[in-house]
Amino acid sequence: MALPQVKLDATEARLAGMGLPDGGAWISEARQEALARVQSMGLPARRDEYWKYTRPDALVQAEALPAPVMEITDTPIFDEMERVKIVFVDGVFDPEASDDLSLEGVQIERLADAGAKDIHWAKELYGVLEANGQSPVERPLAALNSAYASDGLVIHVTGKAPKPISLVYLRQSDQADAMLHHVIKVESGAELTLLENGPAAARFSTVMEADIAMGGALHHIRAQGRDHERRAVTHIFARLATESVFKSFTLSVNGVLSRNEAVLELTGDDAIAHVAGAAVGDGDFHHDDTVFVTHDAVNCESRQVFKKVLRNGATGVFQGKILVKEGAQKTDGYQISQALLLDGDSQFLVKPELEIYADDVACSHGSTSGAIDDTALFYLRSRGVPEGPATDLLTLAFLAEALEEIEDDDITEEIRQRLENWLMRHRG
Amino acid sequence: MLEIKNLHVKLADEDKAILKGVDLTVEPGKVHAIMGPNGSGKSTMSYVLSGRDGYEVTAGSATLDGQDLLELEAEERAAAGLFLAFQYPVEIPGVGNMTFLRTALNAQRKARGEEELSAADFLKLVRAKAKALKMDAEMLKRPVNVGFSGGEKKRNEILQMAMLEPKMCILDETDSGLDVDAMKLVSEGVNALRDEGRSFLVITHYQRLLDHIKPDVVHIMANGRMIKTGGPELALEVEQNGYADILAEVA
Repeated sequence: MALPQVKLDATEARLAGMGLPDGGAWISEARQEALARVQSMGLPARRDEYWKYTRPDALVQAEALPAPVMEITDTPIFDEMERVKIVFVDGVFDPEASDDLSLEGVQIERLADAGAKDIHWAKELYGVLEANGQSPVERPLAALNSAYASDGLVIHVTGKAPKPISLVYLRQSDQADAMLHHVIKVESGAELTLLENGPAAARFSTVMEADIAMGGALHHIRAQGRDHERRAVTHIFARLATESVFKSFTLSVNGVLSRNEAVLELTGDDAIAHVAGAAVGDGDFHHDDTVFVTHDAVNCESRQVFKKVLRNGATGVFQGKILVKEGAQKTDGYQISQALLLDGDSQFLVKPELEIYADDVACSHGSTSGAIDDTALFYLRSRGVPEGPATDLLTLAFLAEALEEIEDDDITEEIRQRLENWLMRHRG
Repeated sequence: MLEIKNLHVKLADEDKAILKGVDLTVEPGKVHAIMGPNGSGKSTMSYVLSGRDGYEVTAGSATLDGQDLLELEAEERAAAGLFLAFQYPVEIPGVGNMTFLRTALNAQRKARGEEELSAADFLKLVRAKAKALKMDAEMLKRPVNVGFSGGEKKRNEILQMAMLEPKMCILDETDSGLDVDAMKLVSEGVNALRDEGRSFLVITHYQRLLDHIKPDVVHIMANGRMIKTGGPELALEVEQNGYADILAEVA
C-alpha cells in the first residue's frame, strides 16, 4: 500500500540529511535493509493508531529540539554499586570515563568494532529482532535506529556475570541527537544484569535487541531522567528460549516525552518475561509505555506492571498487549496499568489488549486511574503525619507493586529513595 | 482536659444537622463512656474532634487543655495529644506497619519540637509494646491492617495508642467485631495506659466493654446531644432496659 504523501514527505525530510554509518559488509547490509523498512513503513505520524496518545512529531522531525542540560548535584543512581561502568557522552562511547570492557563470562565490544569484522555472531541479531518485531505492529523509529545508530554495545554473555554492566548516558550538549543500538546474546544458562541510567541527549533513541537462550537470564534495570526537557524513544526487542528469563524495570522521573516500547517474544516453553515501570511526572511530562508480549510456547509466564504518578497536567500513556498464539497452552499472562492522579488536570490514556488463540490459558488485565484515598489520608493524618508526607507515603505505596518486580533489594531501596526525593521536591 | 461546649455540627455537603448542642467535660485521668442508639451522633462526634473532612461546625467549641481543637489540622490535633481509635481501622496496602508507626511517632515528636527516635530505639519500644498486645513480628511487618482479622485491627489501634502516648484517647466502638478473648486483650491494653494524666472517651453500644474498661462517668447520647449523665450504673440500666425508658424520661 502506498504511503500517504504527507508521510512520505515527512520521512524523506528526516532521511535527507542523514548518511548510513560506515561499517563492514554484514552491518552495512543490515543497515540498508533497515533503511528500506523505514522507507516502506514511513515514520510515525499523528494519525497512526499506534501513536494516538503520543505525538511523534518531535521524534520524527529532522532537527532535535534543543534541551538545556540540567545541573544535578546528587550522586547518580547505581554509582555505589560494584559494576562495569561504560559511559556514553551525548551518545558517543567515552573510553576515558569507562571501565575496561572486560567482565568474566562476558565479551563486550563496541558496535563499530563488531560491525567492522567480516564475520560476527551479531549478524544473526542486529536489526533481525527489530525486523521481527515490526509485525503485527510497525515500529519505524526502531528501524530508523537500526539504520543509523553508529554506536552501542555488542554483548555476548557466556557465563554468569559476577557483576552488572552499567551503561551511563551523560549529556554535555543542549542539542545532542543521539542513537544507540545494543545487541545482547545470552547463551544457555548464562546470566547478566544490565543497568542503564542518565539523561543521554536532547533527543535519544535506543534499541536493545536481546536473544536469551535456553535457561539464560537477563535482568535489565533502567533509570531515565531527571532532565525534564529531553525526549526519548526506546525499544527493547527480546526473544526468549525455553526456560529463559527476561526482567526489565524502568524508573522514569521527568521528561517532556518518553516513549518506551518493549516487544517480547516467548518462543520456548516455560520462559518468563516481566516488564515493569514506575513513572512520576509533573506539568508537561508525557510518558508512554507501549508493550507487546507474544506467547508462542507452552507454559510461559508474562507480567506487565506499570504505575504512573501524575500531577499538575501530566500525561501518562499505556498501550499493552498480550498475544497468545495457537498452541501456547498454559500461558499465564498478567497485565496491570494504574495511574495515581494527584489533581484533576492530569490524564492517563490506556489501551490494554488481550488476543488469545489458545484455549487453556490464564490471562488477566486491569487498568485503573484514581486519586489518593481520602480515608487512608485521614487515617495517617489522625496519627500525626502531616498531609504532605502522608500523601507521599500513600504515593510510594501505590508505586510499591511495580518496585516489587525488581529482584535486587538494594536497587529497589535506592529507587524507592529516588522516588521519595522526587515527591518531596514536587510536593503541591 | 477535653471541653466541648454547645457543639453543633452539620454535614458539609447537605443541610443535615447531626450534633445539636453537645456539652461534655472530661477531666484528666478519667474514663467517660458514651452510649446511645444508632444514629445519635457518637461517631460523628469522634470524627469532628479528630478533624475529618466532610463536617461543618456551625456553633460551639471544643478544646483540649484550653487549645481550640477545631482550628487545628488533623495532624496538629494528634500532635496536641488527641487520639482516635477507629471503629473501622483503615487498610493501607503498600505501607508497612512499622514504617507507619515510626513515621507517625516521629512526625508527632517533630511537631512538638522533640528529637526523632532512632531506628534502634524505636524497634525496642515497638517490640515491647507489641508483645504486651500479643502481636508478633509478622504483624508488624505486614502492610497496615491488610489481611488483619477484626481483632488484629483493633489490637493494632491500641498498639498505635500505646506508641503515641496521647493524653486524650477516643475509642470509637473498639469492641465491635471482637470476640471475648480479643476484647479482654484490647481492654488490658487500654487499662495499661490508664494514667492520671490521660483521659479516655469510650464510645460503645454494650455494657460488656465497660466491664473491662471501668468508666468513671457514663453519658447517654441521643439525637445529637447528651441526654443523661450518671455513674457506671447507668450503663447497666441501658443493658437491662434499653434506651426506651431514658428517652421517654427526657422527652
